[in-house]
Amino acid sequence: MKSRVALAVGAVLLLGGVVVLSVALAYGGRAAREAYDRLLLGAANDIAASITIRDGAAVVDMPASAFQMLALAPEDRIRYRVTGPDGTTLTGSDAAPAPPRRDAPGPVFYDGDLGAEPGRYVALTRRFAERSFSGPVRVTVGQTLRARQALARDIAGGALAVLAAAGLAIGLFAWLATRSALRPLQRLGRALARRDPTDLTPITLPMPSEIAPVLGALNGFMGRLDRQATASRNLIGDAAHQLRTPVAAIRAQAQDAQDEADPERRARLLARIHERSVGLSRLLDRMLDRAMTIHRTDTAPRSALDLRDVALEIYEALEDVPGGAAIRLDLPPAPVVVRGDALSLVEAGKNLAANALSHGRAPIRIGVARENGSVRLFARDAGPGPAPAILAGMGARFAAHAPGGAGLGLAIAREVAQSHGGALVLGPRDDGFEAALRLPRIGA
Amino acid sequence: MIRAGLMALALFAAPVQAQELTRDFGPDTATEVLRLRSTTDIAVLGPVVEAFLDSRPNIAIRYEQWGSNALYRLQAEDCASGRAGADLVISSAVHQMVDLVNEGCARPHRSALTAALPDALIWRDELWGVTREPAVMVYNRDLVQPAQVPRSRFDLLDLLRPTESPFRGRVATYDIERSGLGFLFAFADSTEATTFGGLMESFGRSGAIATCCSAEIIDGVAEGQYLVAYNVLGSYALVRARRDPRLGVIAPQDYTLVLSRAAMIPREAGQPRAASQFVDFLLSSEGRRALEAALLIVRLESEDGTALELGEATETLQRPIALTPALLIALDAHKRALFQARWRDAFPRIGAAAP
Repeated sequence: MKSRVALAVGAVLLLGGVVVLSVALAYGGRAAREAYDRLLLGAANDIAASITIRDGAAVVDMPASAFQMLALAPEDRIRYRVTGPDGTTLTGSDAAPAPPRRDAPGPVFYDGDLGAEPGRYVALTRRFAERSFSGPVRVTVGQTLRARQALARDIAGGALAVLAAAGLAIGLFAWLATRSALRPLQRLGRALARRDPTDLTPITLPMPSEIAPVLGALNGFMGRLDRQATASRNLIGDAAHQLRTPVAAIRAQAQDAQDEADPERRARLLARIHERSVGLSRLLDRMLDRAMTIHRTDTAPRSALDLRDVALEIYEALEDVPGGAAIRLDLPPAPVVVRGDALSLVEAGKNLAANALSHGRAPIRIGVARENGSVRLFARDAGPGPAPAILAGMGARFAAHAPGGAGLGLAIAREVAQSHGGALVLGPRDDGFEAALRLPRIGA
Repeated sequence: MIRAGLMALALFAAPVQAQELTRDFGPDTATEVLRLRSTTDIAVLGPVVEAFLDSRPNIAIRYEQWGSNALYRLQAEDCASGRAGADLVISSAVHQMVDLVNEGCARPHRSALTAALPDALIWRDELWGVTREPAVMVYNRDLVQPAQVPRSRFDLLDLLRPTESPFRGRVATYDIERSGLGFLFAFADSTEATTFGGLMESFGRSGAIATCCSAEIIDGVAEGQYLVAYNVLGSYALVRARRDPRLGVIAPQDYTLVLSRAAMIPREAGQPRAASQFVDFLLSSEGRRALEAALLIVRLESEDGTALELGEATETLQRPIALTPALLIALDAHKRALFQARWRDAFPRIGAAAP
């Protein structure tokens, strides 16, 4: 992460540096050229102004100021030349190159060599119209480029120094920002490392909003792990608890049958053992169903579904059960959409309906209803419901009131309701007793 | 150490060459032979050369002494033709040296010692001022009364003003048409102060003598032919004044021009390494001591050991002749012609006699 940020910042700085440097070099070069061109022009003007006509000849009384001006570029060599109307050199060096355009009205700047070094020249023309002398006198002044190059380098160097300082500052800030942004993650890592392996409670640490989703997902994940671990524990506990009594009974009856000499009574005992074995097998099925259902509720993907379809499926599944044909379906006309796992919800609903069938009074109705912000998947019978004392214990993992393991159905329904963000609601209604899954509605 | 004695070269020198003297320093076994061309008298600079060679057994020096104009022409020819000639050139005609460097005839050399030079004494890392020699006035102690000794140019003007002044016709200075150094001093004077205009006029009216060469002028003062000589190179004057009690030497109090002989390594030098070593030696404390002993570096700050008479606050009145391209103006054809025309107006007899 840090190295990637460093790479990104470095790339931006490098690119910016190249751009700024080239711009600064170009700007510095232009600024230096203009500044020193003015110097050249000033010197040439000084020289031109010092030309006088004496005895019919142009005489240059070379002014010291011109040379002092040129000496402002202290390391640069100088070349100058004053040419008469016929092109002969009046004074100065013959080696000074002529301007590319000889008849330009104003001063002409041009590049030209000065010995072995490159140089920059200006040429300007002063016209005389005296009785004794008439014609153009051209003044050419040139200089090598050291001062220009030094100034351009200075300007570009200054820009580069500023850029380097800015780059250092940006890099520093990027490093600090990355470090402080990553600090919550380190804190989270330490908190996880410190934790007891069996501790799956949510972690509460102050987190910046960007990292909060990570913590939320982590806590959600731990919650699911926790529920599954609890479910496994419960399954084992239930199994131990609920299997112990029937197995002990079967054992005792088998013992009795072994000891029984009377064949008729022995056959009766064997029939009872068989009956109990069947009950035990059913109990085991239910327990495995529940474990599966609870497992599904945490692992199965949730999707939007119409709760009416769930009710219909329950209804169809119960048609073949004894008494199932008498169940009535009670559905609203519009779709009732919830987010959930259809299989878990069908299983839970089936358990409620089966309870109503086996313990309630006909007619049994199953259906879907809306409430304020939630919806209900319910199973209702016409009876008064269980006694209050029993009602209080219902929905626990196992219930004493229902030998044969019927209490498990409610427990499964409760788990499913909770894993969907809802609740199991049990209670008397105007026209009977209702067991319902109350679920949060999505959409309007 | 010194192998060969003085040789008069007129006997076998090529006709185009105008060197006055040549002399070899250093052992025969030396692996590098440095060709030094200088306007400085061999007798004056010789001890400095020997001090340099003392600790460098591998180097020998062939010293050629030239007149400044001849040396300038020779170097310009060497430069134009790309001919390897001198390895090091030291000249008192610094405007000519600036011109050679300006024409790209020099080779750069950088060292801690050259970097320590003040800006006025270094140009482009190709030209270095190695000596400090004031332009002085020399007078005859026997013939000039102490009260009359001119301490400044103003004093000299005052001395020349009276129509029956004893100084009329007995003040001498360099003939600028024959002495490059004289021209340089006169030209520097003309840019330095307006005094010089008055002085030239005064020289002209009082019949001052313009003549050639330091030795001739100083001899004339010592022998009483001249009472005062103006703008004489201090190093020569002080050497003579050491031995000759008749000579008095004054650094003018209004301002004192200070010349630094300029050293340059030609572009085509065959021994540039030895040449830069010699330049560095001249700038080192050891070399400066040797130059001081040769009176090529004259301390205007103290009078110790010199016969130089100083005014007060001399350091603020020193006008070093800076090694800058501004000196090129002294070589400009029209400028020279105008300046010489002015000079000839002041010294009509010399001008008329000039070839």
